[in-house]
Amino acid sequence: MVTAVQLKRGKLILLFLVSLCLLGVGVIMGIRSFLVGHGEAYGVSREIPWGILISTYVFWAGLSCGLSVTSAVGHLLHNRPLGAIGARSVFLAIATIFAGFLAIGLELENPWRLPIWVALSPNLRSNIWWMGTLYTVYVILLLLEFTLMTLGKHKASARTGLLAGLSDIAAFSNLGAVFALLAAHPFWYGTYIPTFFIPSALMNGAAAIIFFTWLAYRLSEREMEPEVVQGLQVAGKIYGFTIAICIFFLGWKIAASIAGKPYGSWEAIMALLKGPLAFNFWVFEVCLGLVIPLLVIIGVRARDINAMAYVGGLSLIAAFVMRYDQVVAGQLVPHYAHMHIYGLPQYYHYAPSLCEWLIVIGSLGLFGALFAWGEMAFKGHPPVHH
Amino acid sequence: MFKEFAKWLKTLKNEGVDHISVEERRAFLKMGLVITGVYAGGSLLSVVSRVKEVYADIPDYVGHYPYKPHYTMVLRVDRCIDCERCMEACRKTNHVPPYGWRTRILEQHLPKGDHQWERRFMPILCNHCNEPPCVRACPTKATFKDKVTGIVRVNIKKCIGCKACVAACPYDMRYFNEEKRAIDKCDFCWESRLSKGIFPTACAQACPAGVRIFGDLSDPQSRVYQMVHDPQRALWVLRPETGARPNVFYTIH
Repeated sequence: MVTAVQLKRGKLILLFLVSLCLLGVGVIMGIRSFLVGHGEAYGVSREIPWGILISTYVFWAGLSCGLSVTSAVGHLLHNRPLGAIGARSVFLAIATIFAGFLAIGLELENPWRLPIWVALSPNLRSNIWWMGTLYTVYVILLLLEFTLMTLGKHKASARTGLLAGLSDIAAFSNLGAVFALLAAHPFWYGTYIPTFFIPSALMNGAAAIIFFTWLAYRLSEREMEPEVVQGLQVAGKIYGFTIAICIFFLGWKIAASIAGKPYGSWEAIMALLKGPLAFNFWVFEVCLGLVIPLLVIIGVRARDINAMAYVGGLSLIAAFVMRYDQVVAGQLVPHYAHMHIYGLPQYYHYAPSLCEWLIVIGSLGLFGALFAWGEMAFKGHPPVHH
Repeated sequence: MFKEFAKWLKTLKNEGVDHISVEERRAFLKMGLVITGVYAGGSLLSVVSRVKEVYADIPDYVGHYPYKPHYTMVLRVDRCIDCERCMEACRKTNHVPPYGWRTRILEQHLPKGDHQWERRFMPILCNHCNEPPCVRACPTKATFKDKVTGIVRVNIKKCIGCKACVAACPYDMRYFNEEKRAIDKCDFCWESRLSKGIFPTACAQACPAGVRIFGDLSDPQSRVYQMVHDPQRALWVLRPETGARPNVFYTIH
């Protein structure tokens, strides 16, 4: 049974239209980058080939993973409160992964060759190949799950959701391995990134479901149903728990990168702690992303939705910066460091170009448009009573 | 006549020695080479300290050659004078655009103690690794290891431009070629020379000081085989810790 809802559409329509404009700007910039060449349009170089568009993709993919897995956990544990926010979680997982696909699609130099050669000439040793394949499976399952959910076939939807969650854990972990299996970059290399990606995705996904559910109700000017409040409180607990796990991971990563001054890793962690990425790291990653949300969640005992939504929203900005730092820090250390090369900089330099920023905003536009459209088309994703 | 020459000399502005351009240095070195002869020039410029020489470990994979011919290059770095003829030859032979490069020369300042250092030039190029990280990273096999020669090559029509190979290369040896719309890299001049029966690579051919020795590492008669299998020779590879097992070796003398 679905509760009938009355929602005001004015603000949602406005958000939809503004988002479409942003999307348009991003797509135009993307087309321009293909025409003038990425070397001209983007700030990336042969030394730092992966920039903000890759980190934006990782950001959206992380949110999608967190959202779909939160929903799958709800199915798995037959958790009724999580079930109440499940429809929005799944829909936002779809919206975020498509926003990520837009960013990665415009980052690839020849995206039109991708479907042809990934199928005709697959490299099964490549993490990118596995990531692409698993994401294809994931998106199909996710769309199927949401369709079944909309049709009221909750049992089938739950089973599909479980498979979607599992495929996304595999896909997102593989995305981590795209970085982590490159021995050329010691800061990335190892088991840290593929494993850290999962709790960090859950952390970001929990923040996203709290913030966007709160935002949806604010925009449509309606009261939150008690079961939705309960669902967000459970999400808040998951959020707090995963923040603690992420702090644990990050602490050991810092320790491992400092102890013994390992070549490559030490320079990269110094770039984060007191180098070119220090502001990003301390202000966004640590304060906005971890410490403040954890303190607020503990302070309100995961009950105050408004407070959790505020820190959740801020922590999404922090998550974006965290992904950027992860991608860039690993590439900052010059290839021939420690070889007494004259004129070699301490760190390579990368700054996103205006074109890259506008494509990032375009991906935000796509997400915003899908979010607003979803709220209107699916009547505010009302809580479902099984 | 000498007075006029002295007068002309006095009118010249002292530009100092701190900002000698690469072109001027190269021109000077080329002139020196012409005067003294290639070998005399090489000998003079190789009069360098041997304080840092050690007998490096021969990589453990030396002795196992899965390819025939197993192409390799040995670089005698103490002979390099940074004339950049190798780079010019590579550009011309392989149509390398101005924004990219397939080979270049790094300048090392090796410490000699007490704030002193010794300059040495280190040419770099694709290492055509036995375990190429770029080949593993590529999702479409656009970059691949030639099954016959072991040369790491690129099939440009399959390149999606994800730049995973660029990120994976420990040696910074790849760049995106906008004209080809694909990654470009050193292929030991396979396309431009070797496949047409022209030997050796353009850079090895152009080097006036005999820095770059190119050959077949699986052939016991080849010079590269004898250099790599000489236990008395200091021999090293770059970034061995990455496990790439490179086929470009560095040595001196």
